Amino acid sequence: MSTATLSQLTQVKLSHLDWLESEAIHIMREVAGQCSNPVLLFSGGKDSICMLRIAEKAFRPGRFPFPLLHIDTGHNYREVTDFRDWRARELGERLIVRSVEDSMARGTVVLKSPDEPRNKHQSVTLLEAIEEFGFDACIGGARRDEEKARAKERIFSFRDEFGQWDPKNQRPELWDLYNARSFKGENMRVFPISNWTELDVWQYIEREQLALPSIYFAHCRPLVRRGGGLLPVTEVTPARPGETIENLMVRFRTVGDITCTAPVESDADSVARIIAETAITTITERGATRLDDQTSDASMEQRKKEGYF
Amino acid sequence: MSAMERLPTAAVPDNGLLRFLTCGSVDDGKSTLIGRLLFDSKTILADTLHAIQRTSAKRGLDVVDLSLLTDGLQAEREQGITIDVAYRYFTTGTRKYIIADAPGHEQYTRNMVTAASTADLAIILIDARKGVLTQTRRHSYLAHLLGIPHIVVAVNKMDLVDYSPATFAQIRSDYQGFAAGLGLTDVRFIPMSALQGDMIVERGERLDWYDGPTLLEILESALAIHSAHAEKFRFPVQYVCRPQDSANPELHDYRGFMGRVESGELVVGDVVTVLPSGRETRVKDIQVLGESLDRAVAEQSVTILLEDEIDISRGDMIVKSGELPKVAKQIDAMLCWLSESPLDPRRKYLLRHTTRDSKAILAGIVFRVDINSMQHETAERLEMNDIARVSFRLAQPIFADPYAESRGTGAFIVIDESSNNTVGAGMIV
Repeated sequence: MSTATLSQLTQVKLSHLDWLESEAIHIMREVAGQCSNPVLLFSGGKDSICMLRIAEKAFRPGRFPFPLLHIDTGHNYREVTDFRDWRARELGERLIVRSVEDSMARGTVVLKSPDEPRNKHQSVTLLEAIEEFGFDACIGGARRDEEKARAKERIFSFRDEFGQWDPKNQRPELWDLYNARSFKGENMRVFPISNWTELDVWQYIEREQLALPSIYFAHCRPLVRRGGGLLPVTEVTPARPGETIENLMVRFRTVGDITCTAPVESDADSVARIIAETAITTITERGATRLDDQTSDASMEQRKKEGYF
Repeated sequence: MSAMERLPTAAVPDNGLLRFLTCGSVDDGKSTLIGRLLFDSKTILADTLHAIQRTSAKRGLDVVDLSLLTDGLQAEREQGITIDVAYRYFTTGTRKYIIADAPGHEQYTRNMVTAASTADLAIILIDARKGVLTQTRRHSYLAHLLGIPHIVVAVNKMDLVDYSPATFAQIRSDYQGFAAGLGLTDVRFIPMSALQGDMIVERGERLDWYDGPTLLEILESALAIHSAHAEKFRFPVQYVCRPQDSANPELHDYRGFMGRVESGELVVGDVVTVLPSGRETRVKDIQVLGESLDRAVAEQSVTILLEDEIDISRGDMIVKSGELPKVAKQIDAMLCWLSESPLDPRRKYLLRHTTRDSKAILAGIVFRVDINSMQHETAERLEMNDIARVSFRLAQPIFADPYAESRGTGAFIVIDESSNNTVGAGMIV
């Protein structure tokens, strides 16, 4: 662009990915330094896969100063839960799985109908796990570019004993001085990759050559078209009468609960090809693929107030 | 696999990351400016665009209102105000940007201070019809106070003053009049119309009398804070790694000191001093995930191994011998009060500086700053959004530099232990 740009290039010390990674490592170490019983949420999804690499860079050759936790809806893709278990074993770290179905059995989660998406009910099971283990901080892979409620959330986000987020009463967060203090029963949610975008995540996966569950890459799958989106046909999401099942090349951009995570048509079978698609994509990640966020403009804000991640 | 699979950006040198702050009120066209940056840099995605098209239509507008892109929380929409700092992202392929979008009203000083604390550059918006206002002075003062090195004065809404060069020149001259008094050095002026898209990403055709750079050109070439040379090396220890892995005897004596370089550079072999013990040793290795690095640079998170066995824990600091920071139990600082409960001179607070905490008690308020007139006045106590020169006495020493020399080791926060809230932000003078 200008000559100043060219002369400045020689002075740049950290690339944007280096900077983002370093910030995330710093945040994880602050959690380890300030909190007495933290946990890292690991779903087997791409953002939490990045989080594990960041944790390795933050703490190796030592062990992670926290276990891994997954809140399983019972409706996850097998490829993803298998990957989750394999990766935790490979790292030699402790994985705790708590299940929404157990909360349903206890009666703390009550579905309105059997096929209601279970994503929002993860909040209940998460709060139960926090209480069971006495976690004082949960490290998660949420990003501010995902959704506008997240755009205003702190990196260290305070939750009261009901797990509620109060957007009007957030702690000021200045410089890199984080305040993780909480009283017993309260909890911090910590988001080390707050400042990353979807493209940053993919570029990081490519640079670090991170393994991913196979459903992130293009594969052929039976689907139906419903409500302007593509829905995978599975045991828990059968085709409705009158719908035509098509076999299409698709990939998933997020891998949550089967009932509310839809794939996009794609023939991208490598990280490089996904990056090329992401760089020119015209639909934000949640808009295309999270059916539960579309109902209301403010649905994420509402769920976070109720304790959602 | 064809050559198409490589992103064009992969071949372009990575010019790192720049964090900037936009200050101004909604009336100045701040949201439109940010919307324009996102829109013209093609960062807006289709479903987001559809959503704001629908909303624009619902509100009876015949054009898409780009300011809706920065529309905030439900709670804010209900009240028609912006409550809090929002962060936005865009990339040009050569550089990644983080925008801190701070509300402009006086009662939100604490939000602007928060947003400014991590910014390398501030865009101060002026409505060309209104010229330099009290809020312009306030924003400029705060940007300077928080040590933002680059100021861009964006004279917006030039379309509403017929793109008049005389109006622009007058505002520029008015601004320079008080900027010199503040001590602002790097100030640049751009006439623009965020609504029309003139001089933001594209030059447009209506401001051809202006031959300076566009806003994006300034952003692309601005130096990030740590680009300056000759910084002193500062490494607050966050965490100590002692694996003591019985299966791996090589790790038995491993002691890694983990942290992020706040400023300066470190090379293997450098002689360092550990504070507070004052013990000296050499750097044996600098590591990240088993790999050894030759050096560590500012803002890099690394693990440092030392030649000698020294007892070091979180809160200690590793510095290069010969450039020690001040070891202080009494500090003078500019303090911004952030809490609805006033600063109580009788109470003890917790002061957090780098990775170190100390009990602190107010030793005195030297003066309070009227941030509209920048006049000093006497004060007995501080209310939310007040800024004052104060001194604190500390129970434990901290290893401090003046904020103007080093943000990382010149900044602190004040925590109220009864609520655990962050109630103050300080800059050591």
